Amino acid sequence: MEELINKLRKEVIEQLNLEDISADDVNPDSPLFGEGLGLDSIDALELIVLLEKNYGIKIEDPKDGKKIFYSIRTMAEYITEHQKK
Amino acid sequence: MSYINGIGLISPQNTYENNEFLQNIMEQNADYLKCVEPVYKNFIDPILSRRMSRLIKMGITSAKICLADAGEIQPDAIITGTGLGSVEDTEKILGDITKEEKFLNPTPFIQSTYNTISSQIAIILKCHGYNSTYVHRSFSFESVLQDAIMQLEEGTADHILAGGIDEMTMNHLQITRRLGLWKTGPVSNLRLLEEPGPGALAGEGSAYFLVSGEPNENSYAQLIGVETIYKPSSREKLFLHVREFLESHQLNTGDIDLVLTGVNGDVNWDFLYQDFLSELFPGNAAAWYKHLCGEYHTASGFGLFTAANILKHQVYPEILALNTNSPKDFKYILLYNHFRNVNHSLILLRAIS
Amino acid sequence: MPCRIFITGSGIISGIGKNLYETLSSLMEGRSGIGRIRLLQTALRDEIPVSEVGFNHTELFELAGLSPQEGYSRNALFGIIAATEASRQAGIGSGDPIKTGLISATTVGGMDQCELYYNDFLTNDSRNVYIESYDCADSTEKIADHLGIRDYVTTISTACSSSANAILLGARMIQSGKLDRVLAGGCEALTKFHLNGFNALKILDKEPCKPFDEGRNGITLGEGAAYLVLESEESLKQTHNTVLAELVGWGNSCEAFHQTASSPDGVGAYLAMKKALEMSGLLPEAIDYINAHGTGTDNNDLSEGRAIEKLFGNHIPKISSTKPFTGHTTSAAGSTEAILSILCIQQQVIWPNLNFRVPIRDLHFSPVQKLLTHVPVHAVMSNSFGFGGNDTSLIFKKFTSSHSPSQPATS
Repeated sequence: MEELINKLRKEVIEQLNLEDISADDVNPDSPLFGEGLGLDSIDALELIVLLEKNYGIKIEDPKDGKKIFYSIRTMAEYITEHQKK
Repeated sequence: MSYINGIGLISPQNTYENNEFLQNIMEQNADYLKCVEPVYKNFIDPILSRRMSRLIKMGITSAKICLADAGEIQPDAIITGTGLGSVEDTEKILGDITKEEKFLNPTPFIQSTYNTISSQIAIILKCHGYNSTYVHRSFSFESVLQDAIMQLEEGTADHILAGGIDEMTMNHLQITRRLGLWKTGPVSNLRLLEEPGPGALAGEGSAYFLVSGEPNENSYAQLIGVETIYKPSSREKLFLHVREFLESHQLNTGDIDLVLTGVNGDVNWDFLYQDFLSELFPGNAAAWYKHLCGEYHTASGFGLFTAANILKHQVYPEILALNTNSPKDFKYILLYNHFRNVNHSLILLRAIS
Repeated sequence: MPCRIFITGSGIISGIGKNLYETLSSLMEGRSGIGRIRLLQTALRDEIPVSEVGFNHTELFELAGLSPQEGYSRNALFGIIAATEASRQAGIGSGDPIKTGLISATTVGGMDQCELYYNDFLTNDSRNVYIESYDCADSTEKIADHLGIRDYVTTISTACSSSANAILLGARMIQSGKLDRVLAGGCEALTKFHLNGFNALKILDKEPCKPFDEGRNGITLGEGAAYLVLESEESLKQTHNTVLAELVGWGNSCEAFHQTASSPDGVGAYLAMKKALEMSGLLPEAIDYINAHGTGTDNNDLSEGRAIEKLFGNHIPKISSTKPFTGHTTSAAGSTEAILSILCIQQQVIWPNLNFRVPIRDLHFSPVQKLLTHVPVHAVMSNSFGFGGNDTSLIFKKFTSSHSPSQPATS
């Protein structure tokens, strides 16, 4: 799980073009949206593309993104759960 | 009445700092003239700019530079002209969908819509006023100016942020080289007329102007009129149109102190400028600017920057001159541009006394 | 007193008909143009329904009265077909002395051919003519050349409000005295480019769209072209054309909220509609029908609905979105729906909002569900709201000759 979390931190930074932030700056448990990183609905869509492209997991309804993308850790947990299937 | 009260220009010359007019001219020996760009982080919040393509950063930054130059006036309307929009984003999507229609990122799609520049400027400035985008080749920027002038005449706006922006990429250059538009290899921009040949030297740039209904101590020039002429049926008709345009402003060809042309070093088309000058303005001073910015659909933005500065500072940098005629002072400048004898345009400016 | 703007020509091609007559029949008979993708070569063809113009390239050339030739996108052909219909109705002739302009709108331009040949552009010279015809100006210039219009030519692109803004600009140019007559509208052909783009935004419905329905799931894209001819009073004195309707108000506003979403309260929509209403001099209760932007997205329908409720208060007119008929024709939507609005005035009908079942919980109105005939329709508002928050509202009114005794009364 920790390995996946570290991988995800780097991938999220790259996918969302967060140039000035290093992977270490991203706390796996902090909320990604709203405060802090200030991500928005378009970023959520970009994360959906990331999940599909890098992990083969398709999210049909963008509204589900709120729970899944709450933090890096919730993303990692979702990936771990759905990749088994 | 319309006045140019602020300018922000990112171009292949050192222009974005708005200091000494056309000093430190850049020679570029290149396939196309690339912009000298500021550090965008200094102008745009990194959280916003991370998603922006280069074109949008150029547009927003030059708009901000313009408004700072104008004394931080909040515009009532934002109008942008672009011939090709975000080439980089369009290419990215085309590259993706021609491989397979999967994993398409939403961000380049949003950025590829032509009106995103005007919209994103409005979001940053929180401007709810009139917002539009013109996308008609070498009429794009002129259509913007015409709209701005109309807004002032209608009384629907006091200050209009009016811009013209286009970018070039190596990929796009190589594709459009097939049309014979460009030089076939790198050339020096400062030797374009000394080494004549087919094709123009491509360029890029973003020019925003604050067009206002009242002058102030910072004003550059009065924007008297803009005319677009589509496919004139003959040279005579074109010349008649120009004379009528000047007459409608109580002027004749002899009143024009300087004709600033869109000569671009393409021998296949530049002869039309020579013909235009010898027929209508044989004794007038004539100049060009596309060796400094390159050819692109909204290059007349760089031309307007040039003319406005000549009128404000009453200086005439030698690097611009096409002939040796040189008036004592500059009261009227006429910009004339054409694209392949299809899109002809005139912009008429007057010095503020 | 600014001069009046008269609509004297209209031309349209879309998934519900290749001309005005077919369009009207489809609307009267409740026939939607939405179905499975048949012509566009896309991997999404079995996933996403659209409203396609059911003619292939060769057939479109025939409809346009041209022999098949290289360099014409589907987009340009749509534009030529619709613009010609409008131009013929208004009697625009090459060389006539009335100062006439063409203001066209598109966003994808010639992309429908460009995306087919992009690999050729990168590797060989066989498709160079399509490099030239890729940009937005191409279809405009092809229409101008086909119809002999030269006095003023330009192209606007403001996403889904584009052709409404073309009409608005045309009206302004007439009122400013720069032109006496304007052919204004827009064209947009379906492309893999924007089909995939909208799909990446996850705002396409996998079923035909259901605007203003609580269970709405997004947009159904459409394609086509639509143009109006606008004339000044001076022009009308010379042409003696029958007036289809009068354009009495317009408003454009920028939301300045987000690149793709409207603000929850529809501030931009509210401002645009308010401006149009104020210009028209009409009270809210005088508007008989709103042809809503109504795309079927969560965001638009709620924010547009809220803006309508705020502006109209207790006098909410009949409302419907006709996008379940034509699909969302993006840059052509504004002019397409302007024509559909004018048809309401001419025919004294109100189009139904197909696919509607359950009203949006947070709104207090339901759209019109069945075709209404023999209803008094004197003033119609037509809304078009684009990406980037570019919002435009147009108001058309039944023409009465009371102020211009020399004009014929409407049919």
